[in-house]
Amino acid sequence: MDLISFRELEKKDVEDYFQRAEEMDHQLARKKVEKLDGIVATMFFEPSTRTKLSFQSAAERLGMQVVDFLGETSSLKKGESFEDTIRTVDGYADVIVIRHPMEGSARLASEFAKAPVLNGGDGGNQHPSQTLLDLYTLKKMKGEFKGMNVQLVGDLKHARTMRSLLFGLSMFGANVKLVAPRGLEMAPEAVEEVKKKFGAKLEFSEEIDFAGADVVYVCRIQEERFEDKYEAMSMKKKFTIKPEYLRGVKNDMIILHPLPKIDEIPPEVDKSPHARYFDQARNGIPMRMAIIKKALEG
Amino acid sequence: MLTVDTIDNGTVVDHIKAGMGRKVLDLMGIDQNYPHRVALMINVPSKKTGKKDILKIEGILVSDEKTDLIALVSPKATVNHIQGGKVVKKSQAELPEKISGVGKCPNPKCICNSEKVPTRFTAEPADGYRCGYCERRFAASELV
Repeated sequence: MDLISFRELEKKDVEDYFQRAEEMDHQLARKKVEKLDGIVATMFFEPSTRTKLSFQSAAERLGMQVVDFLGETSSLKKGESFEDTIRTVDGYADVIVIRHPMEGSARLASEFAKAPVLNGGDGGNQHPSQTLLDLYTLKKMKGEFKGMNVQLVGDLKHARTMRSLLFGLSMFGANVKLVAPRGLEMAPEAVEEVKKKFGAKLEFSEEIDFAGADVVYVCRIQEERFEDKYEAMSMKKKFTIKPEYLRGVKNDMIILHPLPKIDEIPPEVDKSPHARYFDQARNGIPMRMAIIKKALEG
Repeated sequence: MLTVDTIDNGTVVDHIKAGMGRKVLDLMGIDQNYPHRVALMINVPSKKTGKKDILKIEGILVSDEKTDLIALVSPKATVNHIQGGKVVKKSQAELPEKISGVGKCPNPKCICNSEKVPTRFTAEPADGYRCGYCERRFAASELV
């Protein structure tokens, strides 16, 4: 079973992933993981730290073996097509994890491969395993989604994680506030989609104010997106999560981030009990173990 | 006054949005290799819309499937099948539910623009289409 786009999942599918990830968490805690046979191929045509390593680690923890495709030393350099590359790797592996800069690449790969394909990020489009682990993290840390006040903060226009996360949060009935500088707002089509599909009631703001928030999910302001560098600097400054922004927030408010963070969260905030992004990254292991296992079950 | 011959057998596409006639020809796949006569009239005076394009294609009856593709660029176009000099069928172009192998995804980062694969789009509310690869939504008129 492929995992290509979060938009194709229904609530019951996501809940099934939660249950499976929880089971994996228990097995990891007991150090008794049910082993699986087979080989996972990781095909990353773009840089990655967390997604690639956590898929590889998840596969190894499940007792599977990993083969790693490196674009720079492959026959792609000789001009081999995407289709031939996927068909070849398909013959060597039981599951394929792919990250590629072109949008729709994972879907196309799934049409060439017999093995299940897991999308590890296709350009600015989808990153479904990240969304699943983000939602799993929220469920673990905060419990019920209904009534949860979540702020998505930063460059909401370009960050693929934010678009899918908005979809997932709306699916489960969380209250979402979209906080972005003018020009970097969430794409109107993504906003309209969740309003129509889930009846989502959203708030919008250009100003940072964490009062009342249960969760603040931050992503980087991308300086390269601005024509006016002075404006970019001023936006980056405004959207850096300074320690003083945390005064007066709820005691149990958590800050999440898909990582890598560059300078949008200073080291002082890392030490705050609100900062939970490294715990979030660790949840990539049980969730990706669950995703691999489910993919193999068909 | 400009005059164009009537056709005995073929298709007349009328009420094409002014300026879109060439795109309709492209959608029909008709070019210089087509063996029969084709007339494209641009900016013909129209009581309803001020001006319109009209296309007369001799020798083929345009299929319902292709008729619906015309709606992508000209939703009010009508397609008349002519046999023996008479109109035997008149139909209105309607936006198709699914489009495959026609048009181009406007997203330059979409994989269908870099690999040799047929495009595919699914209709969404309010005359929109979603690309089957990059999942982005576009207006119907952006696809051709």
